[in-house]
Amino acid sequence: MKNKLTRKQKKLLTRIIVAAVLFAGMMVADHLVEIPWFISLPMFAVPYLICGYDVLLAAFKNIAHGQVFDERFLMMVATVGAFGAGEYPEAAAVMLFYQTGELFQGIAVGRSRKSIAKLMDIRPDYAVVIRDGKEETVSPDEVALGETILVKPGEKIPLDGVVTEGASSVNTAALTGESAPVDVAVSESVISGTLNLTGVIKVRTTSTFGESTVSKILELVENSSSKKARVENFITKFAKWYTPCVVIAAVLLAVVPPVILGIGSWDIWKKWLTRACVFLVVSCPCALVVSVPLSFFGGIGGASKAGILIKGANYMEQMAKVDTVVFDKTGTLTRGVFKIDDIHPNLIEKDELLDIAAAAESFSSHPVAQSIVRAHEGHIDKNRIGRVEEIAGKGVLAEVDGSDYYVGNGALMELCKADWHDCHLTGNIIHIARKTEEGSEYLGHIIINDEIKEDSKEAMDDLKSLGVKRLVMLTGDKKNVAESVAGKLGLTDHYAELLPADKVSKVEELLGGEGKLAFVGDGINDAPVLMRADVGIAMGAMGSDAAIESADIVLMDDKPSKIADSIRISRKTMRIVKENVVFALGVKALILVLGALGIANMWFAVFGDVGVLIIAILNAVRTMRVRK
Amino acid sequence: MKKTFELEDLDCANCAMKMQEAVKKIPGVIDCEVNFMTQKMKLEAEDDVFDDVLKKAVKEISKVEPDCTVII
Repeated sequence: MKNKLTRKQKKLLTRIIVAAVLFAGMMVADHLVEIPWFISLPMFAVPYLICGYDVLLAAFKNIAHGQVFDERFLMMVATVGAFGAGEYPEAAAVMLFYQTGELFQGIAVGRSRKSIAKLMDIRPDYAVVIRDGKEETVSPDEVALGETILVKPGEKIPLDGVVTEGASSVNTAALTGESAPVDVAVSESVISGTLNLTGVIKVRTTSTFGESTVSKILELVENSSSKKARVENFITKFAKWYTPCVVIAAVLLAVVPPVILGIGSWDIWKKWLTRACVFLVVSCPCALVVSVPLSFFGGIGGASKAGILIKGANYMEQMAKVDTVVFDKTGTLTRGVFKIDDIHPNLIEKDELLDIAAAAESFSSHPVAQSIVRAHEGHIDKNRIGRVEEIAGKGVLAEVDGSDYYVGNGALMELCKADWHDCHLTGNIIHIARKTEEGSEYLGHIIINDEIKEDSKEAMDDLKSLGVKRLVMLTGDKKNVAESVAGKLGLTDHYAELLPADKVSKVEELLGGEGKLAFVGDGINDAPVLMRADVGIAMGAMGSDAAIESADIVLMDDKPSKIADSIRISRKTMRIVKENVVFALGVKALILVLGALGIANMWFAVFGDVGVLIIAILNAVRTMRVRK
Repeated sequence: MKKTFELEDLDCANCAMKMQEAVKKIPGVIDCEVNFMTQKMKLEAEDDVFDDVLKKAVKEISKVEPDCTVII
């Protein structure tokens, strides 16, 4: 696989080797004995034609089509010009090197394309569907919604679905870059493109192949190269003008100086003709035109390997310049799952207080209430609970074990006239009071908070070390909660109690700084903000279509540390792109100047064309490698 | 209508750019993108002339690079 060349490449390689051997022989012969031109011209013309005949043919065809600035045509003019100027070895060498460069370019680009494609090799090849009790192997796109598929260990899960039978662990590395396997059991969902590791599972599909996560991701990555970065557009424009300009300059160089300096002297004509040929050899902008998109393609491919999907090179360009990162709080910096931080009882024991609260809240679907129920590990006997009355915006009045309890916020405590006090901790505070004849008896409170993700703090430090100046948190949550989270994470700014529309206007206020602004959210509720930011990043996107659609960069898992990774990858890619642009332009400009002065000869020019191309490609391929 | 075609032996990035420009100039083409990296051409054209446009596009492509073939 690794060294496989296409038939065309093999043929070209053979021709290059034959021509090179002949050429070397001619060079030796030429050095040993004095050979008159009418013998050495055909001697060098033979290897020249062997390796370059197709270039000449294509050049002629293209002239017929009116493609004057075709690189093959220019190569032909340059080499024929060199023959005309009596530089036979140079002429043959230029063709030889040009073809070697073409071959190398083909191999290098082909190989990088393949290895990038391999990075994104998540497309399942087949699905085993159970129809009428029989297993049938079909293409994934032939499986309908709601059919049951069978996935054996070691197979890719072809479609999104819900496990109906069996249990297994699943490797999501291809999507998230995370190598730790995830356990799945009956009624849990699995995502297409992940790898089934240990058990046989039956899965009821919840999407068709076209709508599945894996198809969406593949489409996104394939389309990413159509969103071009500014530097790419610059190169495109540049390439359009560069070739004609250099060719015109070459023509002027070949004609004007001889006319001025000595129209009758063949030596002068020859000298300037040679210099003009140097121009033509470096007239192809290929090194730039290939290496810039190749770099971005590699960077995007490498990022997707790490579970970061970047929708276009333009976002990479923006991401590299980010100096402000704005976060949504819930689900982004915090888990979005409420957890009891502490229990402060009054008069009774902690367990007792939790037991009462859990029983009272056991019918509620509110996430805070559910967290209390979850924290209560024992079974709650529903017979203990009598009448439950909801007091809107305040809490509940519930009968548990024959007594009435008020469970809710401070306002509820005021209502029931309990002798209550607020907590010194921040978060959602649930107070509990027992109804008595003269009013209420305060039993204490439970502090519930949304847990901060394990790697949030590390992620913030990482971003700061990358030179991100502002780390801003936006939340609809209460001020004190926002303050506490911001403090723990070391954020520079936070804005609390925002409505969804406020988030957009806050982001608008923060925009227009020196650098670019990235907004990170869960992609479900914050689509407008994602669109408004310079770069919208959605996280935890595995299985969420909305996030994949509205964001510019999609993090497959929900780790905030991936944001710093995306900046790092983007910067590295941009650096490599810049290196290539500066290097290629610099060398070409230098050769043009030196060529016009007669210092750089054809050998220099060949390096300027082929050498620069090869170095640029090798450099571009580096973007693919992502540090783990 | 929008369709994607694979291109075989598309060897030079500059040529891909030229192909794209040439195809875009064909009447009836709404948009065209020749992607050197994925070796694919995306062609968007008016429904009723699509086949005709495609034929012309194939021709334009072989004009730019004679070896390159569009897989239909």
